[in-house]
Amino acid sequence: MTDELNFLLDGVEIPFHKGQTIMQAATAAGAYIPHLCFHPDLAPHGSCRLCIVDVNGKTVSSCTQPAEDRQEVHSNIPELQQARLRLIQLLFAEGNHFCPSCEVSGNCQLQALAYDLGMTHYHYAPFSAVRAQDGSHPELFIDRDRCILCDLCGRASCSSDNKNVYGLSGRGEQTHLIFRSNSGNLADTAASVNDHAAHICPVGCILPKQGNYMQTIGNRLYDNAPIHKVGNHRMDDSTSANKGHTNE
Amino acid sequence: MNKPKVRVATCSLAGCFGCHMSFLDMDEAIIPLIEKIEFDRSPLTDIKSIGTCDIGLIEGGLCNEENKEVLHQFRQHCTLLVAVGACAINGGVPAMRNHFTVDECLEESYLNGLGVIDAQIPSDAELPKLLSKVIPLQSEVRIDYILPGCPPPPQAFLELINAIIEKREPVLDYHNRRFD
Repeated sequence: MTDELNFLLDGVEIPFHKGQTIMQAATAAGAYIPHLCFHPDLAPHGSCRLCIVDVNGKTVSSCTQPAEDRQEVHSNIPELQQARLRLIQLLFAEGNHFCPSCEVSGNCQLQALAYDLGMTHYHYAPFSAVRAQDGSHPELFIDRDRCILCDLCGRASCSSDNKNVYGLSGRGEQTHLIFRSNSGNLADTAASVNDHAAHICPVGCILPKQGNYMQTIGNRLYDNAPIHKVGNHRMDDSTSANKGHTNE
Repeated sequence: MNKPKVRVATCSLAGCFGCHMSFLDMDEAIIPLIEKIEFDRSPLTDIKSIGTCDIGLIEGGLCNEENKEVLHQFRQHCTLLVAVGACAINGGVPAMRNHFTVDECLEESYLNGLGVIDAQIPSDAELPKLLSKVIPLQSEVRIDYILPGCPPPPQAFLELINAIIEKREPVLDYHNRRFD
């Protein structure tokens, strides 16, 4: 008799230990559940809802749902893939995601998930939101047009960098990325280009001012293989944690 | 008896003609295609008005009143209307002006821009009136098909047109589904 706990994800046995969420266990086992706001090293945020799975006929977010022994979890089913596509389309409609002019294009997790889910258009009318940019920092540029409010930067800043530089403020469609300084400018915080927070953005919101466009089209992270094979990475992310959940 | 050819019209609204260049970039594949299609209004034919067509390929978004007029003509005359490329789908790079008012854009371009000589904002009655925002095609009319990309790859054009001719749904594989 074994004490090992496990659950079934789309029919595949996934081992876990008590306290792990479905997403944490799946990621550790090399199984891919689509996500944007989850990172294995950081506390779950549960905001992007892309990681929704079906557990006993109920739809839950796998990054916040504790795994249970012998549970049957379904992720790769048409209804959930369709719901994920609509969530991605909402994110595209809400922001100003002009891929041809974005330095992260080809390495962007939002774009890669859109490719993987078969997105060809927005479905919803674009908001054309007007959002302030911040170019005050000598090493980093902030393009709030592309922010998807995942708070990965905020969580990484607190728990990896011990700085508490980034945060979210406002409500509903007014929610926006803020920097914790008296002026509100990134330049007046302790932010550095070497921070984990500066390299964890899944889209093109937090950009190092140097070293962009390093890969030609065809050689970027998601040019040739879908994100469910490659995993959620940024090409410039050298942290071992983020390299640890490649699903190949 | 030969099958009648599928009649195709194309135009570029607020775009850069890059999508048309990509269409032509299908190289020798255009030879068997031209056996099946013929062009109506298009920058390739330089015909100014549009006749009854099976497919309308529209590159670019809507930035002025003339763009809207042309789009409505296409919608009226084409059985299937295709939004081709990032600008047609979401406004693309031209829509980056949506952060500013039309006056601010005109002043930056014609009064305060670098290297401007004899600064004045054009006011000829023949110039189409700019819209307050650059908007995608589907904000104005019904769109039947979408070809994403900046520009869409040549193979995507080929797949779409062949699919329509063969009366099946087009399938854009991973390499042909791209936004840049």
